[in-house]
Amino acid sequence: MYRVRRFAVRHAHAFERLYAGLEVVLKRSAPLLERIGYQRLEAPVAWLEKHLKGFLFDCQMCGHCVLSSTGMSCPMNCPKHLRNGPCGGVREDGGCEVKPEMRCVWLDAWEGSQRMKHAERIEVVQLPVDASQQGTSSWLKVARGEHGAGGSHEVR
Amino acid sequence: MKFDDEPVPGYSLPVLPGHVSPGRLERVLRAGRFAVTTEISPPDSADPAEVLQRAAIFDGYVDAINATDGSGANCHMSSVGVCSLLTRVGYATILQMSCRDRNRIAMQGEILGGAAMGACNLLCLTGDGVQAGDHPNARPVFDLDSMSLLNIARGMRDNACFESGRGIDSPPRLFLGAAENPFVPPRHLRAQRLAKKKAAGANFIQTQYCFDPATLRDFMAEVGDMGLLEGPDRLHVLVGMGPLASARSARWIRDHVPGVHIPDHVIRRLEGARDQREEGTRLCRDILQEVREIEGVSGAHIMAYRQEGKVARIIEESGVLEGRSPWYPGRDNPAELNPEAASAAGPAATGSGW
Ligand code: SF4
Repeated sequence: MYRVRRFAVRHAHAFERLYAGLEVVLKRSAPLLERIGYQRLEAPVAWLEKHLKGFLFDCQMCGHCVLSSTGMSCPMNCPKHLRNGPCGGVREDGGCEVKPEMRCVWLDAWEGSQRMKHAERIEVVQLPVDASQQGTSSWLKVARGEHGAGGSHEVR
Repeated sequence: MKFDDEPVPGYSLPVLPGHVSPGRLERVLRAGRFAVTTEISPPDSADPAEVLQRAAIFDGYVDAINATDGSGANCHMSSVGVCSLLTRVGYATILQMSCRDRNRIAMQGEILGGAAMGACNLLCLTGDGVQAGDHPNARPVFDLDSMSLLNIARGMRDNACFESGRGIDSPPRLFLGAAENPFVPPRHLRAQRLAKKKAAGANFIQTQYCFDPATLRDFMAEVGDMGLLEGPDRLHVLVGMGPLASARSARWIRDHVPGVHIPDHVIRRLEGARDQREEGTRLCRDILQEVREIEGVSGAHIMAYRQEGKVARIIEESGVLEGRSPWYPGRDNPAELNPEAASAAGPAATGSGW
């Protein structure tokens, strides 16, 4: 269990570059996407995102992807949905307070972030998720410039 | 401390220049005095007298009283209810608010309600998971985390608006607190996390139980180096601690209560004592004295669940108040007395362990 997720964290650097590339591609193709219509794209892109990111990161489709700020470890896998660092209940062996058999996602997040160029992003305070965006595509939001690392969903 | 402008109990103090709240706790901390806080475990009852009795045990020894919010995910009287009862007779309270049970609509409403009742110290917590308590089948909410709750509360205070952006006519004047646990993994990240809490709006910190002052010293040094303890919006760190009832209960806590780190040498010390309960109290006093000397520490938070009667003695023997007698109802004016003070269990009373 959790093997692919841990693989992603171990290769956080590669994924960071992949994601940076994806961001550029998405932003460049914005005019094209716009012409096709974001509304029409939403369902298929969200489907793709859900399955790809679900496989790689156990993504929960919160609609506000912060993987680039959390060492490629999805914070929505934390049973408390913490998006700003570990709680005070992390076990001595690194196990999660709520699910002892799972390693605390924030230990993974820290390790992943240390492998990344923008390790400092983990220090940014993240605002709460917008629950109405659950299940929607983060990638399309990136294309629209609504979201992304350093985006509007952080305290600055 | 009694201030010259102390009003009728239950009404807030004037907010001093440079202060953010009308509370006594902020005044004591900003005056540079070593502050002492403690906590009340809210009753499983709707009787206000029980709350007032539980508070009176600490009269003359503490600067503020925390009202826990479903601690350990067990159901008790709400923290806002406890705080309202206490502020009515003049006690300074710290309203604990956990993100486990409510969404942002409920929490912001409660912040306003609490502030209107004079509960001007707010401790923003994530909360234990529901699996730990008496209602493991409840739905965990966690709409916010402690960091975003802090940030929202600060926005309510400084920008007079809700998270939605809608305005607040008369903003709550809050002294904002957060918790930290320097004693559990990832230890090397805990200071950095404190910086994040300060950035999100924390004015004071209460830590988890400290049984390991050496770790705390390293943590405080790191926090000091990061510059978090300087300037007008510096952090005030109050270190958590409490008496252990016996070596057996210490072991039990270590194995069952998430986030409490008890080193082996502490358990050995208890085992070696003839009267383990007494040794547990002495150990807490020793830790308090040791923590008092650590650079950058602003105060102590004493949590003595079911041993509340020991708190006064621990503080008295440690000498950390340096002769100061924190204000309590009736200290200067017998007419202001807590109506349940006479029936409160005196310092001699002790509970039966954890
Ligand atoms: S231990 Fe880690 S993963 Fe588990 S609840 Fe706490 S922060 Fe979340």
